[in-house]
Amino acid sequence: MIENINYISLLIIPLFILFTILYGTFKKVSVYDSFVAGAKEGPGIILKIFPYLITIFIAIKGFQSSGAFEYVTSGFYSLFAFLDIPMEVISMAIIKPLSGSASTALFTDIVKTTGPDSLATKMTAVIMGSAETTFYVLAVYLGAVSIRKTRYLVPVCLIADFVGIVVAVAVVRWLF
Amino acid sequence: MNIIWLLLLSVSIVFAIFTGNLEVFTKSIFDGAKSAVEISLFLLGIVSVWMGITRILEDSGLIYRIAHLFKPIISRLFSNIPGDHPSITAITLNVLANLFGLGNAATPLGIKAMQELDALNEDKGTITFEMMIFIVLNTASIQLIPFSVIGILSGFGATNPAGVVLPVLIATVISAMTALAILFTFRKILK
Repeated sequence: MIENINYISLLIIPLFILFTILYGTFKKVSVYDSFVAGAKEGPGIILKIFPYLITIFIAIKGFQSSGAFEYVTSGFYSLFAFLDIPMEVISMAIIKPLSGSASTALFTDIVKTTGPDSLATKMTAVIMGSAETTFYVLAVYLGAVSIRKTRYLVPVCLIADFVGIVVAVAVVRWLF
Repeated sequence: MNIIWLLLLSVSIVFAIFTGNLEVFTKSIFDGAKSAVEISLFLLGIVSVWMGITRILEDSGLIYRIAHLFKPIISRLFSNIPGDHPSITAITLNVLANLFGLGNAATPLGIKAMQELDALNEDKGTITFEMMIFIVLNTASIQLIPFSVIGILSGFGATNPAGVVLPVLIATVISAMTALAILFTFRKILK
């Protein structure tokens, strides 16, 4: 089942490209020139996104390295001690919205230290699979079209992230 | 974002001073700058490729045909997109790429979707509700199979690495639904 889906997802992009260029040719489009014209837009888009990325990245990296991250983690740990959630899960809950690479590194570390079948591994695995690097998504998508007034988007995303973590923990408790 | 950025940086600097992590902190700021450059270069590649492909979709008119096909589904959620607008195609392709875990396609197609949604934006620089729905859908990350997580789990010899598929699916669907519910609640309250 998993292998089949893996194969399908490997197939999707090549097939989609093939269909696109064949359909284009059939409609008498010069596909080579079209592709070049489209690709020309790439650098402009990245130039728009770059300042947003660097702004958010220095804050996140600084937060991780300053010792504030560990302090916030243990703060949340004692705050939610009555829920009996493993410390590793709290760390993951805080790092996942901030940094994709850091959360992958943390997850690998959790699997290594607590074992591949531990409760902490299961909970963090579900968080890894069901949450996104919210601040990266925000920087890239808002940067791409130079949105400055985000209205209530950021609070909604943060509340949703929090709910997502609670759901992940609850689902693991319920299924295992 | 302003408050979050201010908090993250100022709290970090105060902590760095009190814990004696100043050297590490300063280095990490420049590490952050470096990874922003690296990720931008990576994005430059994949975004340009997908802008090339989607230009063929536009020039051949396929983008309108796909939009027409998926309009009934997409417009249930995005009620303010007129006709067979190209943004419908970009949103559809982004959602499909996310479902199959194709990160290298999902982000560029998401950028394309944001551009198309911005074309409908009458007040440039201010986010529209449609853009908010789209971003919330993306931050909730609906994915059928979390391949990378399964890969790490089986690498460390988990008894049943694929056992995470069902809980991830349940968790991701519930959190995506709640995220949308929260967004629509905010709109109702703040109207």
